[in-house]
Parts: sequence; C-alpha cells; structure tokens
Amino acid sequence: MTWIQKLLPPKLKTTAGKETSVKRSIPEGLWMKCPACEATLYTSDVEKNANVCPKCSHHNRLRARARLDLLLDPEGRFEIGSEVLPVDPLKFKDSKRYTERLNGANDDTGEYDAMVVLQGAVKTIPLVVACFEFEFLGGSMGSVVGERFVRGVRTALEQRLPFLCITSSGGARMQEGLFSLMQMAKTTAALTLLARARLPFITLLADPTMGGVSASFAFMGDVVLAEPGALIGFAGPRVIEQTVRETLPEGFQRSEFLLEKGAIDLIVDRRELRDTLAGLLALLQKQPSPAS
Amino acid sequence: MKTTFLDFEQPIAELEAKIEELRFVQDDSAVDISDEIGRLETKSQALTKELYAKLSPWQIAQVARHGQRPYTLDYCQQIFTDFVELHGDRAFADDHAIVGGMARFNGQSCMVIGHQKGRDTKEKIFRNFGMPRPEGYRKALRLMRLAEKFGLPIFTFVDTPGAYPGVDAEERGQSEAIGRNLFEMAELKVPILCTIIGEGGSGGALAIAVGDTVLMLQYATYSVISPEGCASILWKSAEKAGDAAEILGITAARLKSLGLIDRVVNEPLGGAHRDVRGVAMSLKRALQEALRQVSELSPAELVEKRIERLMEYGRYKEQPVS
Repeated sequence: MTWIQKLLPPKLKTTAGKETSVKRSIPEGLWMKCPACEATLYTSDVEKNANVCPKCSHHNRLRARARLDLLLDPEGRFEIGSEVLPVDPLKFKDSKRYTERLNGANDDTGEYDAMVVLQGAVKTIPLVVACFEFEFLGGSMGSVVGERFVRGVRTALEQRLPFLCITSSGGARMQEGLFSLMQMAKTTAALTLLARARLPFITLLADPTMGGVSASFAFMGDVVLAEPGALIGFAGPRVIEQTVRETLPEGFQRSEFLLEKGAIDLIVDRRELRDTLAGLLALLQKQPSPAS
Repeated sequence: MKTTFLDFEQPIAELEAKIEELRFVQDDSAVDISDEIGRLETKSQALTKELYAKLSPWQIAQVARHGQRPYTLDYCQQIFTDFVELHGDRAFADDHAIVGGMARFNGQSCMVIGHQKGRDTKEKIFRNFGMPRPEGYRKALRLMRLAEKFGLPIFTFVDTPGAYPGVDAEERGQSEAIGRNLFEMAELKVPILCTIIGEGGSGGALAIAVGDTVLMLQYATYSVISPEGCASILWKSAEKAGDAAEILGITAARLKSLGLIDRVVNEPLGGAHRDVRGVAMSLKRALQEALRQVSELSPAELVEKRIERLMEYGRYKEQPVS
C-alpha cells in the first residue's frame, strides 16, 4: 500500500474504484485501438479504409462478403454453390455437437459455411472468386468449402474465366475427419483442369493461411499474392515452438518473410488490390491494360 | 527378435514370459512340460484373439505406431526385387524420412516410394521420426516424374506422424511442396497405388497418397490430425487422445465404411510385426489385384478417372437457400 492509499478513508477508495470502471465503459465499437501501432482510431475510419489502419497500414481481418464487395464491380455478381450445405458425417461430438457448432457459426456470421464464391468482374474483367470466411469456424476447410471451390472452378471452366481464391483459414476442419483432409486433394485436382484449359488461377493469401489450406491449392496459383503481415505457413507457430524448443525469429511466417524466402510473388496492399489484380489478369489473358 | 508388447497387451506379455521361462527350464528338466507349454501357447493365442477382436481406435493407433512394425524398406524387401534406392531432390538435400527407388514387382519395373521411420534412437533421428521436410516431398515428386517418363507404375507406402513442423521446413516451403505433390499426382499418367501401412498423419501422409487405389492395413490409421493434436485443441489436454481417436474415425474399418479408402488388407493375429512375411504376402496379393485393375486403362482414362474420383470426395447436402 502506498502512503496516499493509507491516508484515504475507505469510502473514498471505493468511489475512486467505481470511477475508473465508469471511464472504461465507453460505448463499444466507436473507437478501436490498432493492434499494430496502438493508435486510437475511429472504427468508422478504419472500416472506410478497407479495415486497414490509416496510420500504419496494418491490415485487419475482413469478412468474406465485405472483401468481395470491395473487390468486385457492383454489376453482374452471381453467387455460386450457396446450395451446398454442411452435414455431420461422423456424428462428431466433443463438448458440443458439430451440428451445434455449425448452427452457432451460422448465427454469428449469417453464412452456412466458410466459403463464399461469386462470379463477377474486377474493373470489367470477368472472373470467379472464391473467398474464405474466417469468422466461420476459423475458415476451416470441410466438404462444403471443397465442393463450393470445385463448383467455382467448374463455372470458370464453362465460361472460360480466370479463377481467384482468397484464403483465410486455420486449415482442414477437424470435425469432418478424413473427409476434410481429402478436400486438399479434391480442390487441387480441380486446379489441374484449369491449368489444362490455360485459365489463370491466382491466389491471395490473407491472414491467416495455415495447414491444409496452405498445403494444398494456396501455393498452386499461377501468381501467388499475399496481404501485408499475413501469417502463412504449414504448421502453426506454437506447434513449431514445441517441436524445436526455441523461440521463433521475428516476423517468422509473415508475408514479408515468405517474400524474402521466395515463396510468394508479391505483397499487395488491400487498397490497391483491384488495380493490381486487373493488371495481372489483363497481362495473363493478353488483353489491353484496364482503364484506371 | 523378441516381440515387445504394448500396454494393453500386458496379459499376453505375462503369458509369453511364462512360456519363455518354461522353455528355459525344459532343457534340463526330467519331467516333460511340453504339454504345459502347448497349453499356455494356445491360451496366449486365444487371449490375443480376444484382445484384438475388440481393439479401440486408440489401441489401434498404438499398434500402428508399434516400434517393431514393418516399415517401407521392410515391405520393399518382401514384395519387390532388384530395389535400387535413388536419392535427393536435386535442389537441396536427400531427405531420409522418405525413401524411393526403382524395383521389380513380379518381374515388372516399377517405382517404390514411402515414408521411412527408424528402429533405434540413432536411426530414428536419422529418419527424423518419419517426418519429411520439403526436400523429401520434392524427391518423391522427382521420382514419380521419372516413373511417368518411362511408364512405370508407382507404389507408395504411407507411414508418418506428419510433415515436419520445423523452422527450416517452413523456410523451404513445406506447404508448397505438399500442395505441388497433390497437384502433380492428380494428373500423373501412370498408375499410382497407395498403401497406408502405419500412421497416415494428415497432409504429410496425403502428399504421397493421391492415387488410383488406396489400400490400408487393418491396424493402420489415417487422420486429418493426430488424436493427441485433436485432443489438445478440443479438450486442451493430450490425455484425451483416446476420446479423440474414437470420434475422428481413423481406423481402416471405419474409413472403408465411409468410402474413403478402397480396401482393407488384414494383418496377422497380434499385428503386422508378429508376422512380417505373412502381412507382406497379403499386401502383395492385394496390390497385384489393384494393379491388374488399373492396368486395363489407357493413360488418359486413368487420369480422367482419378481426377473424377478425387473431385467426388466429401459429404454435403444440397438445397436452395432463400
């Protein structure tokens, strides 16, 4: 106890305590602190800036539909594969049933599974985009993600369109057991058809891209892009730390690290993605450069 | 070699120890105790049968990881002839957790690739406990391309806890190496016959297990995550691995019933390590049959069929969403 606390009568101490708790109860969501530079920011400013910190350009995670909304032209969007819905093939139950977890994730996100596939255009260049929803069970890949991905590929094949996949996933979905592991083989097999048809496949790796998603189609892109500061790797940092029993180097498994190691082509700021992507797609398809 | 016993096999171990003891005394004993030995041997057999008739998935996982279980090079010796091991990925190193080379299967040239674990501590470290780094998968891919060039069928043997989760492996692109194999194996123009012989540990296993037929030994396991890993995520405790093994559905019988593997190859009583020759011969017959089936297809048909099959994996329902 400090000398001033000793001097204060007990009653005053409790009021002082209450006062701080009142101070903390600022209406939630109005302000936010940037997790990288710790600047206090208006949430609306960050949201208007594609969820990127206006001060330090830290890329916060973005919901799938918000991301697609920012990326695609407003006209001519069609959703693909929304009719594909999850089941519980193993009757999986730990502290909760898998079906309960699915329902909970649906309540939280409004999605039925962890992937949204849209046909649309970026600066008038048509394409199919498959985007992971990380908020739905960690963006984990189970049967529905695999099937929606494949249906997206099939649409791209039928209409001769390029295919983009934006990843944000913890890996394969445990609750569907080996069915999930097989989605790695399934999605990657579908890509051989795109390659045969000479249709571009581009991946954009967002935070995080790990495990079974990282180790299947993520690095099979003709061009592999990543968002700044995204965690990308096969094994999670904690698993690696436990295995090698040493602390990991600074920036390990981040986009910048991967670029340095030669694992990815390019790091793209989210606010420049439309331009970069349209430019790349035009080059790959031998089209004139898109209007800026 | 003396059989080592797993924890749940302790009753068998005790009987076997007794038999051993009696055999030792028999040599300088006036009384004939061979009847007694015979009686105990029958009892041990019956007990093994009883235990193995109702193994839990977690117990099966223990058998799959048994220190005496035959590994890829053991099957290589039993099933193939003229094996020539080939080394290196031509870019970085030779990974010892994956072995591969050319051989003959019933006289016919082929490629053999598999994970390799070690027996004693020194060899375990040399083999990195059967956990490959990217160069291992790249070596495997190089050998598969070689097989394709000369029209040789490929046999793969899967037995790994998983791909190595290390700093160097990440730096050299573990994810890319695995993904590349999945991609290339999907359209390789020669038959690929895969067998899960021990542990089928997640992506590290799948990276050499994409093929036209997937066989699995009776007491092998194949899983998206290790039971320990699953338990530590779901219950924050690796102690619950038994429960995790149960719900994950990792055994050959379960995976066969789910349609995720093609055929279960039975093992001798007490597991493959009790009779290596026996299990190798059963596996050889199953591989012969599998090879005969895919050999009838043209390379184009083979690839079409494989890709179609791969693209059908998964369980989901379909209904329009409003």
